[in-house]
Amino acid sequence: MKNLIPVNEFCTHHNIGISFIHSLQETGLIEIKTVEESVYIHKSRLPELERIVRLYFELDINLEGIETINYLLKQIFIMQDEITMLRNRLRLYESTD
Amino acid sequence: MYIDYYKILGIEKNASPEQVKKAYRKLARKYHPDINPSDKNANANFQQINEANEVLSDPEKRKKYDQYGKDWQHAEQFEKAQQYQEKSSGYNQSGYSGAQDEGDFSDFFGSMFGRAANAGRSRQVKYRGTDYTAEIHLNLTDAYETHKQTMTVDGKNIRITIPAGIENGQTIKISGHGGPGKNGGPNGDLYITFLIANHPTFKRSGNDLYTKADLDLYKAILGGEITIETLKGKVKLKIKPETQNGSKVKLKGRGFPVYKKEGQYGDLYVTFSIAIPTNLTVKQKELFTELSKF
Repeated sequence: MKNLIPVNEFCTHHNIGISFIHSLQETGLIEIKTVEESVYIHKSRLPELERIVRLYFELDINLEGIETINYLLKQIFIMQDEITMLRNRLRLYESTD
Repeated sequence: MYIDYYKILGIEKNASPEQVKKAYRKLARKYHPDINPSDKNANANFQQINEANEVLSDPEKRKKYDQYGKDWQHAEQFEKAQQYQEKSSGYNQSGYSGAQDEGDFSDFFGSMFGRAANAGRSRQVKYRGTDYTAEIHLNLTDAYETHKQTMTVDGKNIRITIPAGIENGQTIKISGHGGPGKNGGPNGDLYITFLIANHPTFKRSGNDLYTKADLDLYKAILGGEITIETLKGKVKLKIKPETQNGSKVKLKGRGFPVYKKEGQYGDLYVTFSIAIPTNLTVKQKELFTELSKF
């Protein structure tokens, strides 16, 4: 319970309906936990949930769009890591006499 | 400095409110910091777009901007003079007073509308704080061991642990240590990029290290033992007879620590560079000549 945040508190704070959180769960964008009929979100997933809320309400991006953004961002991160790795490997040859 | 809000949103001066909204939505989707997590300028770009929208989507602000625009530095004087005249004639116009909160807007915006003219809007938008970026320069030997380092961000000292095996160019995120959020929005994050200088003896590729070892001709031909430096200290290395110039040996587990995997190390590759003897004596030359006949 220590790392769980009540979903209704999150909704009150962000002024959003709980149905929005349920629709996020249905699309697989977030995971919620039910403990004794109360629903919670894990603390570690909070930044991700807040990001989804911002994309949805500030930019009017629907859930399918957010799912696509998440996927593309993951791809970007993988490619950035690969670029870093390749740059470092290149450095090995560039600095060889 | 005068800011052309129309230019920022890419619209004409006579754009309708719908066109303003459409242009803002389009640019906000492109430059929103959540869509551009690795772009250091994303927050600044997004704030500029927000500011332009703040002015052009509000009929009163837009009117004032259109009226004074390039003379923005004198806008306040004009307003005061106008208000004085209106008061004198018994008409009291409500201005942009009542601002409570300092928004993250330009000086231009502040001079024209007051620092937090947006506070008068019906919906208070929560803004996430600006992400900060920093660079830490390390030597290869620093990155070899887990160590702590203190850095100052916004006047506060942050003590961070740098895990052994961090890569050159790798960026780590320290959540919540960026700029403060606005209107109850979350703090930004701090992104630290590590830049590791080249080492004169060891080259690194991932978790493996590469080094060169000089070998005299006789040891290369007949075999023997040499001592080489590793980042863990000196080690003795057996040389096989007839070792070729440029050949490599692998010393397992003598490379670089694997990031966040304690006790795991890459390998060290040693490339032999065979030194041909110089300044040979007459006797040596005779012996080499004799050898060449076999």
